[in-house]
Amino acid sequence: MSQFRIGFLPLVDSALPIVAQEMGFAAKEGVEIALVRDRTWAAVRDRLAYGQTDAAHLVAPIAIAMALGLDRPATPIGAPFMLGLNGNAIAVSTVLAEALGVGLESDARTVGERLSAMAKAQLSMGRRLRFAVVHRYSSHNYMLRYWLAACGCDPDHDVEITVVAPPFIADAFAAGEIDASVVGEPWNSLAVERGDGVIISSTSRIWTRGVEKLLAFRAELLDERRGEVEALLRALHAAGRVVADPAQTGAVAELLSRESYIGLPSALIERALSGRIVARKGGEAVKLKDFLVLQGEAANFPWRSQGMWLYSQMVRWGHAPPTKEGFAAAAAVFRPDVYRSAFAGTGAVLPGASLKVEGAINEPLGAGSHGGRLVMGPDAFFDGRLFDPDDPFGYLAHDGITG
Amino acid sequence: MRIAVIDDSPARAAVIEEGLREVGLTDIHVLIERRGMVAQLERLAPDVLLINLENPSRDMLEESFALSRALARPIAMFVDQSDDASIAEAVDAGISAYVVDGLRKERIKPVLELAVRRFNAFSRLQSELHEARSALAERKTIDKAKMLLMKRRKIDEPTAYALLRKQAMDSGRRIIDVCEALITADSMWGGDV
Repeated sequence: MSQFRIGFLPLVDSALPIVAQEMGFAAKEGVEIALVRDRTWAAVRDRLAYGQTDAAHLVAPIAIAMALGLDRPATPIGAPFMLGLNGNAIAVSTVLAEALGVGLESDARTVGERLSAMAKAQLSMGRRLRFAVVHRYSSHNYMLRYWLAACGCDPDHDVEITVVAPPFIADAFAAGEIDASVVGEPWNSLAVERGDGVIISSTSRIWTRGVEKLLAFRAELLDERRGEVEALLRALHAAGRVVADPAQTGAVAELLSRESYIGLPSALIERALSGRIVARKGGEAVKLKDFLVLQGEAANFPWRSQGMWLYSQMVRWGHAPPTKEGFAAAAAVFRPDVYRSAFAGTGAVLPGASLKVEGAINEPLGAGSHGGRLVMGPDAFFDGRLFDPDDPFGYLAHDGITG
Repeated sequence: MRIAVIDDSPARAAVIEEGLREVGLTDIHVLIERRGMVAQLERLAPDVLLINLENPSRDMLEESFALSRALARPIAMFVDQSDDASIAEAVDAGISAYVVDGLRKERIKPVLELAVRRFNAFSRLQSELHEARSALAERKTIDKAKMLLMKRRKIDEPTAYALLRKQAMDSGRRIIDVCEALITADSMWGGDV
């Protein structure tokens, strides 16, 4: 039995490795998963970088920042498997929710413009709305910035964006330290149940197939233990079928709710798994389409173009330099080659390409594939923009950034 | 060299501070309270920041370091790469360090090594304390079970103990487990010992 120590934060999208281990999919592949729980992304990252863990459930931009050596010595990282798309909600304090007057019933544009107007009104009174994201290098940060900017709000000037680790978001609302947040589940739902927060939108409404968590390895380990890694990926993929089965949602939520995993009631965890989100305490659940995508339509496939889109946002907000080398290094973190060799001949659907134009699919669309028919779900950005990985500098030029 | 120590365990922070003072470092500042931590750090401008790896404020602090570098004074991250082994050792001990840009490695290394020794000593102390406490609790449980047997079966202490030991050996369990089972069963039967 080959063992993998996998670091994770208590979030619903840590489901695949947990289910793979607990429901026997790992053992079936000759793999044992030991999960190592932390409370901050910094701790998950450091344990991976210095060998306390073999792999990590990680927000995708942190993996890119590690590989690029942003703020720290560079660590070559490879991510052959995505653990989930989207799954983050945008919540505000009950006071701000009252003042905004719009929420889940409205689209991302409407909510974003209201929020933007509110931020400017506050600014004119000498106060900046304070948002929390989970890390500097997080999809949460980049999706929030993308959304606010497209709705007329300068995220560097009109609001303050601060960092709070997921398990502490609900407390931050309770203490009045933040006005709004972008965080994964079940931490929004916890704030809702305590009566301190209201969910007003989700990242799935900003980018229908937003890149989110990946399974990161030190690149050298990917080479040294390639066969074992591929067995692990097959176990995760098999776990995905259980997680996506509505009949199993209750059992999966029960499992995740254990103290050693998420440690919150399964009723809260079920919300993200089923996409039935309760916006405010005592309210009715609202079905959000594709709120969190853990499986299906190649959701676990590491598209290099998603790494490149993230890099474009790192450049846009001054976190990384506008260079061809930077885009190439970010794309290289994503390892479709490992994914393909892990699933070759298993009957799993494999995309023919490793890059796609992000945001181009409005209706379910058949795509070139091997091993079965691949139908890609809609992946549009709320403002209709397209990211063409062949012309990243053209994309940046639209935002006034030149390479 | 100015050193800041942040730890959610004030006891451990004190142990580290004491260790640093013993080797002749005097400019040491311990920060426990999360509120106002960033402002305090900005005022202090430490050369080295030692923080427990699992500290809940780390993501927030890293953001503020990145910002203050963009604005004014840098606090760069971690020791340099050529020293991976000693960093790995620190991570194993549960410490993480942030170091001001340009500080020489020879100056940081002894500080980090000392912190590692102190961290390890602290967790050793804690587990010894934990063991001592549970040993005491075990002895009390065994005494209670012996009393129970002596009273119920009207036997003396050595006989009661022998009985417990035999039961443990026969059932392949530890004596303490047998004693706990006995006490639980007795209390369910309404025992008053």
